[in-house]
Amino acid sequence: MVSFNILIAVCFAYVAFLFGIAFYADRQAARGRLKFLRSPLVYTLSLSIYCTAWTFYGAVGNAARTGLEFVTIYLGPSLVMVGWWWLLRRLVRIGRAQRITSIADLISSRFGKSNLLGVLVTLLAVVGTTPYIALQLQSVTLSFSVFSRDMSAGFMQVDLASTAFWVAVGLMLFTVLFGTRNLDANERHHGVVTAIAFEAIVKLVALLSVGAFVVWGLADGPADILTRMDASPIADWQIRPGRWAGLIFLSAAAFLCLPRMFQVMVVESADERNLAMAGWAFPLYLMLMSLFVLPIAVMGLELLPKGSNPDLFVLTLPLSQGWDGLALLSFLGGFSSATSMVIVAAIALSTMVSNHIVMPVWVSLRAPGATVSGDLRQVVLTARRVSIMVVVGLGYLYYRISGGGAALASIGLISFVGVSQVLPVMLGGLFWRRATKVAAAAGLITGFAIWLYTLFLPSIGGAGVLSKSVMQDGLFGLSVLRPQALFGTGGLDPVVHAIFWSMFLNSLVFFAVSLFTFPKPLERLQGVQFVNVFEHSQGPRGWTTAGAGAEDLLVMSQRILGAQQAQRLFEAEARAQGKLDHLPDSSPAFLERLERELAGSVGSATAHAMIGQIAEGASVSVQDLMAVADEAAQIMEYSSQLEAKSAELGHTAKQLSEANEKLTRLSVQKDAFLSQISHELRTPMTSIRAFSEILRDMDALTPADQTRYASIIHDETLRLTRLLDDLLDLSVLENGQVALNMEPVNLHDVLNRAVSAALAPQDDVPIRILRNIVQEDVDLISDGDRLSQVFINLISNARKYCTASDPVLEVAIQKQGNDVWIDFTDNGDGIPSHQQPLVFEKFARLTDHARAGGAGLGLAICREIMNNLGGSVAYLPEQGGAAFRVVVPLKS
Amino acid sequence: MAKTVLLIEDEPNIVEAIRFLLARDGWRVETHGRGDTAMDAVAKHRPDLIVLDVMLPKRSGFDILRDLRAAEDTRHLPVMMLTARGQSKDREMAEQYGVSRFMTKPFSNTEMLDAVRELAEA
Repeated sequence: MVSFNILIAVCFAYVAFLFGIAFYADRQAARGRLKFLRSPLVYTLSLSIYCTAWTFYGAVGNAARTGLEFVTIYLGPSLVMVGWWWLLRRLVRIGRAQRITSIADLISSRFGKSNLLGVLVTLLAVVGTTPYIALQLQSVTLSFSVFSRDMSAGFMQVDLASTAFWVAVGLMLFTVLFGTRNLDANERHHGVVTAIAFEAIVKLVALLSVGAFVVWGLADGPADILTRMDASPIADWQIRPGRWAGLIFLSAAAFLCLPRMFQVMVVESADERNLAMAGWAFPLYLMLMSLFVLPIAVMGLELLPKGSNPDLFVLTLPLSQGWDGLALLSFLGGFSSATSMVIVAAIALSTMVSNHIVMPVWVSLRAPGATVSGDLRQVVLTARRVSIMVVVGLGYLYYRISGGGAALASIGLISFVGVSQVLPVMLGGLFWRRATKVAAAAGLITGFAIWLYTLFLPSIGGAGVLSKSVMQDGLFGLSVLRPQALFGTGGLDPVVHAIFWSMFLNSLVFFAVSLFTFPKPLERLQGVQFVNVFEHSQGPRGWTTAGAGAEDLLVMSQRILGAQQAQRLFEAEARAQGKLDHLPDSSPAFLERLERELAGSVGSATAHAMIGQIAEGASVSVQDLMAVADEAAQIMEYSSQLEAKSAELGHTAKQLSEANEKLTRLSVQKDAFLSQISHELRTPMTSIRAFSEILRDMDALTPADQTRYASIIHDETLRLTRLLDDLLDLSVLENGQVALNMEPVNLHDVLNRAVSAALAPQDDVPIRILRNIVQEDVDLISDGDRLSQVFINLISNARKYCTASDPVLEVAIQKQGNDVWIDFTDNGDGIPSHQQPLVFEKFARLTDHARAGGAGLGLAICREIMNNLGGSVAYLPEQGGAAFRVVVPLKS
Repeated sequence: MAKTVLLIEDEPNIVEAIRFLLARDGWRVETHGRGDTAMDAVAKHRPDLIVLDVMLPKRSGFDILRDLRAAEDTRHLPVMMLTARGQSKDREMAEQYGVSRFMTKPFSNTEMLDAVRELAEA
């Protein structure tokens, strides 16, 4: 008879033993004796946390209810280990290369270090794992109750709730003690893993022992068992192919996605070569675990009273036969299964919760710019510990709320479907570079929501969260939204239904959104790192020592660890290296150790990048590259801004230079103009002054001379007046300030006025003017006086400059559209071609002063007048003599 | 024998005024009205003094001055330049080319006579 006290004592002894193993393993690890701890055997055994109390107890129950169906739960992982070995290797490689700390970290890291995805996966994992932890508590509690029920004589009645409570507290303590003893860069927990490996052996030995007892103790060997099987109701169970396929897929997916599996398989993995052994050893382990399930179920159904809980056959069968020792071993097996699962799950979840939820919140709450010091380490540890308590606490809470009523296996399946929602995103992220962050979030949320609606919520009390009407008629009364018959797919098994719809819609959304969104640069880079992990990484790489200055390392370490701790670390290392001063050589080993130390405070990725900055030539992680790329991008942007500014400046400078050139040109023109004006003014004034002085000073002048000199003075004053008039006229015309008197005029009248005015003062030089009176009869609307002024100028010029012995000026008129052309052509030599462009410039007097009699402003004024009248005046080359064409619009 | 002055100037009224002044002072006054043939006139008249306008048709007074200073016969011939443009730049250029006297129009008659007399005596 096992008394309750003995049971408790055995439990404590067992736990203490586990403590010892974990403690010893940690000590060995700290001393660097890692060979055994990193062996494939330990790795394979640690994978056995897949086999929880659910499989330990529940498999038999499952077999009693549904025959061989329990095998599916083992087939999935076996298929993954054997067939998808390359996928696991890829996962492990990525986990090492990227220093992945959890499945949430994997997804977050893959999609551009998105914390949103980290939070999503963390929530999914917590919600999906909580029922599973509740399941473990329930199984341990139930196993206690078995002993209490069967031996109530010497037993006080066990309160189930308080048992669950104390089990939860115990698990919390163990997990906190060994899961958060230290913060390790690689998130490895040698103590815990070793304890789990030991528990794996206990599980297997217990189950095999019970199996052997059943086959050879209760029955007469295998042959007898097979006959009894045929006779038992188990043989009547039909295989349901749909459900089988669904469950195999589900267990395979869960094997990859369960946080605790990811923890032992990827995060705790020391060497990807361990997978080679695990590839055959783990399926073998699973096979051994399932070997005696059916015999136990068959014998249980046969020997135990009807209505006994088949989930507890493993315990109750030996007990009923009085094999207390065996029952105790079996109890320990179940206890091991439950505790190892809870411990690893709690560690995995607490890592996620603290890394993706607590730390980001804590960091964002701190004042920006606050220096990172040694206390960060304590913050992380506290966050982990609190997270562990919260996770286990949630499991306990779920257990209390759900009342522990549902069959064990169904809770397990619900959890599996929940965590499997990560699978599409994980596989997509590993093999498809085009997958985007937004799509991952959308897919996860979709799958999560469908899982909640179709499986999770209906599971917790039929009338609890989802009302009966919703279950039967669908949400909002829409029958297509019935939780267990979406889109009219009723009649399916609820779990298969949920697997199908959640995975299908999850993948569909993930794929579709990926096609319609574009990955950001960081996502793309991470995508390449993940998808092409075997091209980018060559397994574990160490630091090279080139260029890592010990002083720089110490300065950095002091900032992170605190001055004292950092100095202690460096001094210890220096002593270990046999150096006399306080600074050790920055050997690869020391760099790696330092990185681990720093990782505990600031996270592994950050620590890696920080060391990498100092240790030149070190292997460069993606984070480093990205930091550099970001910086480079900023510099590029800044430089392109500078370039744009410089181009702008260059443009402005060019404009300035052009403006300056123009001003210089204008200044030269102005100087030339002033110089010309000066000349034009001083020349007549010279004559005036000279002759007025002669008239004043000379007494003996003849009256004829007096008259002659006076008339010279008079002419020169007229010339000055004319010059000033012209200048003013030109100035007014050039500034566009002239008042035009536009009126109907006849071209013939205007020409008449001009000819008589031009020829009137001097009749000494006869010039014949040929006109065509008929042509000239053109009515215009223009300023007749101004037009006449232009004609006078042209006629005077012809009279002055025409060199022909018999000068003739022909005035020809032609209408061209809305204009009338008036051509003045003389029979002289014309203007040399090189001077033609100059004729309309101010003071462009081409011949000597004497014959000009003007200041050389005439044609310049003509041009301005015609501009003002909306017409033009131009020199016509190659016309025999000098030829000017005046173009006048008929109407302005 | 009266000394000869060659007046190279295109403005007829100014030519008449200067001729009147210098002739009354006892000079034989020769005149020339164009730039391009001015050197021929110098060779022809072999003046004791030249009064040279800057702005001449066809050729600038500065060019003529440079030719005068370059030629052996006329290197030390007194040359008085007249300009109506009144810019200091013109005076500097004239001095650089070796002008004997520089005068800005309009000038006073006495100023002109004094200058000519000075140049003739020197």
